[in-house]
Amino acid sequence: MYHKRGLWAIKAKNGGAFPKHEKKAAAAAPAEKPPKFYPADDVKKPLVNKRKARPTKLRASITPGTVLIILAGRFKGKRVVFLKQLTSGLLLVTGPFKINGVPLRRVNQSYVIATSTKVDISGVNVEKFDDKYFGKKVEKKKKKGEGEFFEAEKEEKNVLPQDKKDDQKSVDAALIKSIEAVPDLKSYLGARFSLKAGMKPHELVF
Amino acid sequence: MPFKRYVEIGRIALVNYGKDYGKLVVIVDVIDQNRALVDAPDMVRGQINFKRLTLTDIKIDIKRVPNKKTLIAALEAADVKNKWESSSWGRKLIVQKKRASLNDFDRFKIMLAKIKKAGVVRQELAKLKKETTA
Repeated sequence: MYHKRGLWAIKAKNGGAFPKHEKKAAAAAPAEKPPKFYPADDVKKPLVNKRKARPTKLRASITPGTVLIILAGRFKGKRVVFLKQLTSGLLLVTGPFKINGVPLRRVNQSYVIATSTKVDISGVNVEKFDDKYFGKKVEKKKKKGEGEFFEAEKEEKNVLPQDKKDDQKSVDAALIKSIEAVPDLKSYLGARFSLKAGMKPHELVF
Repeated sequence: MPFKRYVEIGRIALVNYGKDYGKLVVIVDVIDQNRALVDAPDMVRGQINFKRLTLTDIKIDIKRVPNKKTLIAALEAADVKNKWESSSWGRKLIVQKKRASLNDFDRFKIMLAKIKKAGVVRQELAKLKKETTA
């Protein structure tokens, strides 16, 4: 082992003795008072966890502007345009709304097929959208009196606030222009995907 | 009934199993009852079982086991590539490959084109029907 590791050469380089490092002067630990209380049984300390929460790893085939096929939910089969990945890991996606009725929406990467068709997304600004934008609005609880329990509850309509509609319009305006530049792309995004006879998903190239 | 395509030196064959699946190779020598020595411009010359080959109609003029340069020259002289790609078998394989590599968007465009073509054909048919009944 001595010869195999070349220890003789290291010694010779250092003039006969093995090179030594000076021990770093340890910082003086503050004087601790002995504890007043010792627990009866030794309690195990939980292991330290240094993992950081990160957004899900994005598949290499999904880049901004990719056309995705949504596989589940009320928009299953719809072909939509991918905008960006949010910090929660979900994908921000839009129809565009005028073309296929899919609004600005979050979608999980696992429920999506990425096609190799890309749309030019350079004219679109998606900086302002994040997970909080899509979160449920917290309503102030109203204290109900006894009499009001017997009244029919007022139907609360979920009206989309106007600023969300304007956001949709502004994102879609630039997108629709670049979509109309490619022939047939608009009708492609308006059509739903479905498996037909003879299509083998494991052999299809998307 | 008699055989038309023979195993001979210079016969072009299609590999139908194995690492070189789908390649066109030239039989440059026969090793024994089951194996042949084959060669192609883009592969190392090697042995292959006849069961892994399908013979084609194309034959080139070479001597037994030519070197690579002579082989490539003979293939060029006989214009094997164009003969293959213009044959119905070769054209079928090209179409199969193209269809397998189609994108989802390409499949959509093809569907639109098929509908359009069917519409034009139907219109012509209707016109002809009207002429024969009138």
